Amino acid sequence: MSRILVVAEHDGSNINPSTAKTLSCAKDIGGDVDLVVFAKDGAALAEQLAALEGASRVLRVDREENEVPVAAIVAPQIVALASGYSHILGPSTTFGKDLMPRVAALLGVGQVSDIMEVVDAHTFKRPIYAGNCVLTIKADPAQTVVATARTASYQAAGESGSAPVEAIDVQVELPGHTRFVGIESGSSDRPDLQSARIVVSGGRALGSEENFSIIYSLADKMGAGVGASRAAVDAGYVPNDMQVGQTGKIIAPDLYFAIGISGAIQHLTGIKDAGTIVAINKDEEAPIFEVADIGLVGDLFQAVPELEKLLDS
Amino acid sequence: MQKIMVCLKRVVDYNVRVRVKADGSGVATEGVKMSINPFDEIALEEALRIKERGEAEEILVVSIGPTDAQQQLRTGLAMGADRAILVQVEEEIEPLTAARIFLALIEKEEPGLVITGKQAIDDDNSQTGQMLAALWNRPQATFASAVTLDGDKATVVREVDAGLETIEIDLPAVVTTDLRLNEPRYVKLPDIMKAKRKPLDNVGMADLGVEPRKQFQAVSFDSPSERQKGIIVEDVESLANALKQKGFF
Repeated sequence: MSRILVVAEHDGSNINPSTAKTLSCAKDIGGDVDLVVFAKDGAALAEQLAALEGASRVLRVDREENEVPVAAIVAPQIVALASGYSHILGPSTTFGKDLMPRVAALLGVGQVSDIMEVVDAHTFKRPIYAGNCVLTIKADPAQTVVATARTASYQAAGESGSAPVEAIDVQVELPGHTRFVGIESGSSDRPDLQSARIVVSGGRALGSEENFSIIYSLADKMGAGVGASRAAVDAGYVPNDMQVGQTGKIIAPDLYFAIGISGAIQHLTGIKDAGTIVAINKDEEAPIFEVADIGLVGDLFQAVPELEKLLDS
Repeated sequence: MQKIMVCLKRVVDYNVRVRVKADGSGVATEGVKMSINPFDEIALEEALRIKERGEAEEILVVSIGPTDAQQQLRTGLAMGADRAILVQVEEEIEPLTAARIFLALIEKEEPGLVITGKQAIDDDNSQTGQMLAALWNRPQATFASAVTLDGDKATVVREVDAGLETIEIDLPAVVTTDLRLNEPRYVKLPDIMKAKRKPLDNVGMADLGVEPRKQFQAVSFDSPSERQKGIIVEDVESLANALKQKGFF
């Protein structure tokens, strides 16, 4: 039977929703699942993890050095815990993408990136070529599977669990060659792009940073997160942490608005798991209409404020 | 520093829409335009800028792949790299093997910094840079959007989900590049001519003492499930109504 270790992602005070989704992927593999959190003081974080349904145990590794979980510092601690586990999973977020390959290499094994479906305990589906192809791969069962879960492919595990929490002492020497300096968050009061139920994204057709305000305005009316195409990011209208697509965030909101976005394959790969896709674009030939559930051909500068007004009434 | 090593991968060009072969044995790459992985091109550009600022003396570009990957290395030389090494490998190798090969090159070449792309746009693995840093037992600064060198240290701004994270690392180290780090230069014709005279060495995996290991078997390649095309509405009011019908608002 599989024994799976899932590495939790957090910001110091809250467990990131990616963790509950990675847990769901682990449950598809089947077997015993432990969650582990690396923090300076993980008491409150471990409580949050204990509530996730499907975990056998929550392991809490508190160390001064874990105040900010830097990959080079967390990886050797995971390696120290690895023996006995058949699988070690992290989320396919920038946290997991940075960390897990380092863990794999230290263990002398490869990694399965972006699991979108578990076929069996050692066979997985994952997207390649910007989602143009789905690859099914089989990992050697004799070796530890290190993997990341594509969070947009999984529903978050429920929160009525009560797993026991164990504080674990990991005695391993940690490198001092990598030091966290700070984080500048483009943060707003808007919902997080990766967990928002509704997301409104704008593209190059917005034309300027100023014009993007109509996107924010519509999003705020609906309590939505705000995203953007790579073209809008490249044009400097919005910061890169808003980018949706192959090289940005992969999201799966219930409702997605693509406004002034033509729909390059690299963008579509980021939204293909969305529930309902709405497209507003003045070019009726735009590829976004091939995937949109509801399309409107028209001038976004008229349509978006009008839609906002209609939602008011 | 003396030397920066940049790892380049030959991949299907960004603008090609790849198709899965009918028999599910792979994607059709015959006769398709091949290019330097765009993130690796950004990596090379960054190395060249560091050299142009007088902070590095030599830029070495390396690649692992078939003989044809020489084309991408020549392009790298035309962009301004000084020297190239191709590790000739005909079969597909896994990222961990790629990292072992790069480590062997590092041990020979002793670069002060290794820069590569954050992911290759073919297999979308995003593993090799991190694995290399782990095997080398050195720092990694992934998804970089700004790199500042200061003696034996570097400050790197990283594009993370929550925003922009800054870390300080000791050198040598591995940096992997994100999109906004820079905009790669265009190659000019005279530079292409000049690049033909720059050294490009070919070595084999065995010369480096690396044995390929295979942990994964490709079972099948399939086309993704397509979304169904939906409806086109006439006006904004119909759009709002359609959303209400679907239970939104």
